[in-house]
Amino acid sequence: MGSGGNPLMELISAIARWFDDPAHWQGAAGIPNRAGEHLLLSGAALLIAAAIGLTVGTWIGHTGRGTRLAVNLANLGRALPTLAVMAIVLPVTAAMDPELGFKVYPAIIGLVVLAIPPLLVNAYVGVSGVDREIVEAGRGTGMRERQVLWQIELPLAVPVMLAGIRSATSQIIATATLAAIFGGPGLGHYLVEGYAQLDYPMMWAGVILVAVLFVAGELVLAAVQRFLTSPGVRTGYVLASADHRARAIRGESA
Amino acid sequence: MIDWAWIAGHLDVLAYRTLQHLYLTAIAVAVGFAISFGLAVLAVRRRPAYGPIVGVTGLLYTIPSLALFPFFIPITGLSDFTAEIPLVLYSLLIFIRNIVAGLDGVPRDILEAADGAGYGPRTRFWRIEVPLAIPLIVAGIRLAAVSTIGLVTITGILGDRFGGLGFFIFEGRRHSFATEIFLGGLVTIVLAVAVDTALVRIQRRLTPWARAAIR
Repeated sequence: MGSGGNPLMELISAIARWFDDPAHWQGAAGIPNRAGEHLLLSGAALLIAAAIGLTVGTWIGHTGRGTRLAVNLANLGRALPTLAVMAIVLPVTAAMDPELGFKVYPAIIGLVVLAIPPLLVNAYVGVSGVDREIVEAGRGTGMRERQVLWQIELPLAVPVMLAGIRSATSQIIATATLAAIFGGPGLGHYLVEGYAQLDYPMMWAGVILVAVLFVAGELVLAAVQRFLTSPGVRTGYVLASADHRARAIRGESA
Repeated sequence: MIDWAWIAGHLDVLAYRTLQHLYLTAIAVAVGFAISFGLAVLAVRRRPAYGPIVGVTGLLYTIPSLALFPFFIPITGLSDFTAEIPLVLYSLLIFIRNIVAGLDGVPRDILEAADGAGYGPRTRFWRIEVPLAIPLIVAGIRLAAVSTIGLVTITGILGDRFGGLGFFIFEGRRHSFATEIFLGGLVTIVLAVAVDTALVRIQRRLTPWARAAIR
């Protein structure tokens, strides 16, 4: 097909031709729709995981109760392969709804389980790491517990929490491709169908599109992080050491 | 919801696929560790190499597995290499980060004490630096083993010859048979948690002094 010789150059030009084909930009299997599905699936999973992980992590950090449980759960969550989680919930969800319970719900649950550990651990580390003297000073000025939480602990924990949200988001966007294994929504379709039809340009177009979403997500969240972080908290060292501690709890290093 | 009789009737296939899963995992972890150890030592000795090594392995790590497994078919055909090469590539980042962190974490004064006691560079490395890095190295093996166990299921995309327990997930999908999908997922999770727990035990036994520090 190509100008002969270099197979890598041929693949690259085939991928370029794939993107250039207007048919790939229309309809249910088109790029805008698949990318939209991918974002919707990722967003839904992130919202549910954040509702659970940030709430529980904040509660544990604020009360100091259940610390050991949180660390163990986070470790367990890290050990659960996402495709396997999707597979074990599928009989239940498929019995509830033969269509969505096969294609969509298992993927959402798998991604929620994937995202809870970084969200929960970072919320816990962020809140519990707030200088106790500041908290006591707040109590000393007559603040109620609720005010201490909302006006002192949470604002100071925002940078560490957002680091957890960033980590969860990038993991979700990359892993959401697995939904396509069960015929679900998202960019994973190009990978699964590209392989099934031995259409490598389609497969690599899928890889590129996932990478684009991945980078876009990183940029958006970096901007959000800068916007939401109170100027007084913008000291790199505090964040770096807290993030380091969160990673250590999650069993990662460096 | 779940056809237990079908599972009971397929225990022989289950045993075969479990062994295949462990076999694919063990090779990837062993080869990945050997390569990473070399690269990590290089990165510790020659600092400028660290950035590129972590950059390249980090980039590999972000390629979706559904795409990387088929990638080597044109070169390796449908052999074990096709599944193993991506499994090894995915393990590198995890291993290298942990081994480098472990070697970096050895306190300066201990190294100087070893030099003072007359250790040569080679004996100092194997007798002092590596043993003190073991907690983080074993933590890296844990992470890599668990992550590889998860990735092996995805090799099922390559066809029935592969997949380990993922075979059940992909075949179950073709037949829309929830029980078979469930079986593949359940045993994968059991395997991942079992291997993780076993490695924690080994980690504790190898480093009794660090009992409080880990986890």
